[in-house]
Amino acid sequence: MDFVLNLLAGAIRVTIPIAFAALAGVLSERSGVINMGLEGMMLMGSFFGVVGSYLTGNAWLGLLVAMAAGAVVGLFMAVFTISFKCEHMLAGVGINILASGLSIVLLQMIWETRGKSSIVEGLGVVSAPLLNRIPVVRELIGTVSPMFYLLLVCVFLVWIVLYHMPVGLRVRVIGDNPFMAGSMGIKVYKYQYISLMVSGMLAAMGGAYLSIGDINMFSKDMVSGRGYIALSMVILGGWHPVKVAACGLIYGLAQSLQFRLQTVEIPPQLVQMLPYVITILVLIFARNRSKAPAMEGVHYYQKGE
Amino acid sequence: MKALKKTKEWLGKSEILLSLIALLLSLLVSSVVIIISGYSPFEAYGAMLKGAFGSNYYLAQTIGTAIPLIFSGLAMAIAMKVGIFNIGIEGQMIIGALPAALLGTYVTGLPAWLHLPLCILVGAIAGGLWAMIVAVLKNRLRINEVILTIMMNYVATYIVDYLVNYPFRAEGKIIRTEEIQPTAAMTTLVPHTRLYSGIFLALAAAGILWYVLKKTCFGYELRAVGSNPDAAETAGVNRKKYMLRAMFISGALAGIGGAGEVLGFYGYYISNMISGYGFDGIAIATMGRGNPFGTVLAALLFGVLRNGATGMNRSTSIPGEFIQVLQALVILFVSTPGIIRVVQKSWKRKRFAQRKEEVA
Repeated sequence: MDFVLNLLAGAIRVTIPIAFAALAGVLSERSGVINMGLEGMMLMGSFFGVVGSYLTGNAWLGLLVAMAAGAVVGLFMAVFTISFKCEHMLAGVGINILASGLSIVLLQMIWETRGKSSIVEGLGVVSAPLLNRIPVVRELIGTVSPMFYLLLVCVFLVWIVLYHMPVGLRVRVIGDNPFMAGSMGIKVYKYQYISLMVSGMLAAMGGAYLSIGDINMFSKDMVSGRGYIALSMVILGGWHPVKVAACGLIYGLAQSLQFRLQTVEIPPQLVQMLPYVITILVLIFARNRSKAPAMEGVHYYQKGE
Repeated sequence: MKALKKTKEWLGKSEILLSLIALLLSLLVSSVVIIISGYSPFEAYGAMLKGAFGSNYYLAQTIGTAIPLIFSGLAMAIAMKVGIFNIGIEGQMIIGALPAALLGTYVTGLPAWLHLPLCILVGAIAGGLWAMIVAVLKNRLRINEVILTIMMNYVATYIVDYLVNYPFRAEGKIIRTEEIQPTAAMTTLVPHTRLYSGIFLALAAAGILWYVLKKTCFGYELRAVGSNPDAAETAGVNRKKYMLRAMFISGALAGIGGAGEVLGFYGYYISNMISGYGFDGIAIATMGRGNPFGTVLAALLFGVLRNGATGMNRSTSIPGEFIQVLQALVILFVSTPGIIRVVQKSWKRKRFAQRKEEVA
């Protein structure tokens, strides 16, 4: 029982950053932009979260700085993909490499090291007053990072906006057919720009969890592929915010299992491989590829362009 | 004058101009980043050029670094031709490198003319088959190849790491396989550098690829599949078959690149010997605009950047990772013709305005 509880509690922790990034992916892909740049957005989030916390001494302000940085990266990606018609995949790859390089250059500038920042003020954990009295729930989320609750709020908000508000309907129409959306008078560019910037913010929140929400510092390339994993969770969850966040848990479980198996006498490399093998298997067996926004990755041209 | 005009025409046609403008733009923007971080761009680029061309040794090192980059760039280029975005090149290189190392180590008594080609061939087949898994899954189940290849990169890294750590680990502190037999080794062209005879193999691969793509029926149909899949299908080209073949060739090229590093430079497989080649390959193929010879040129440029980064680390306090910023900007600008067209237009407008003034 203890093993299962530990496993689940660990899984929730691993899921938080993935779910934030997957949510970011849903938002941008629904507006028609394939977001390969999630990885870079997350990395910028974790870096600027630490910078913000370091400069202000307050982790929550750090989180705000991270979100602002994410929005800027989103804007950057929007300029390239939407206004200048850069291939979405290539723009994403470019942004990821850019973020990786930039973080080290800035690390050198601020802390004069190339590997790790100093320890900064972190977000800490919160203990929910009622939940920590219920036996099983107590072990799972009784004491958890505040980012967990923030994640729940964000999932709810994205779902409400996308599925129960006219704004969301417009965004989804744009993802399915920007030309039709445009002919109906929807300002396609405006919605895509905003979606990408909010997407950047969400991804940056996931990144910030890794730094100021967990180890309270930044270390080189600390996102290590989580952005790509989030992208596969977007596909797995059928581009639906709630399902996508839930799918993050599958990866979280695999990763959590991996941590716990490392104490067993199995070569660590084979155990570390597990989450990726599981993700591949899940991709093979997921049967919802038809739910993809019909025209994601297609460049839209406004009248007169 | 006539020659100049001809060059101009050629530049305009061959899109090399686009890549050059993109490179210039990236250098400019990176200079801004350098200045903001409080360094001098002259110092940075100076150290970079010195690190890449400073002496015969560095020059050989630069060309040598380009060998695996040429392979990964070509691998990316051919996959892009059929519309597959192959991010799995790194994994395919790793999967190609290990069998080559093992065959080179444990098979003895073969003459060099047989042993070396055999090792390269095995590397190519291993890489090719690993890449074909992607094409099969994409064809059958319509799985997004980008995600699949990224996950397979991790799987490849861990499988090979396991094999190098346990069954095939050589004695000693360093995690690596045993030294290969001398009969399996490629010749080092300049002592103590990365420049080995694999460079000829890389150039030959580029030549063959160019010939196949431009001059054969196979290449024509392959390009047709990439540029207009529906039309190709209507014309009776089996799209899936071509995707499979192109992915095999792509993986095989990557595998040869990985095997070459083992047989030509290291002499054994060592953990993490292949890092960053996959993403560099994307940048190189983009910059080479899908042309094999353009890809070779772009790979040489990236060789300069990689060694320039080492040079910067050696003689300045600017972190070599700065080069990643430059690389990223190259990718972004090269693949964004929109921006370049804006730049070109503004140049033309200026020239037009100048001419107007002259007339007046």
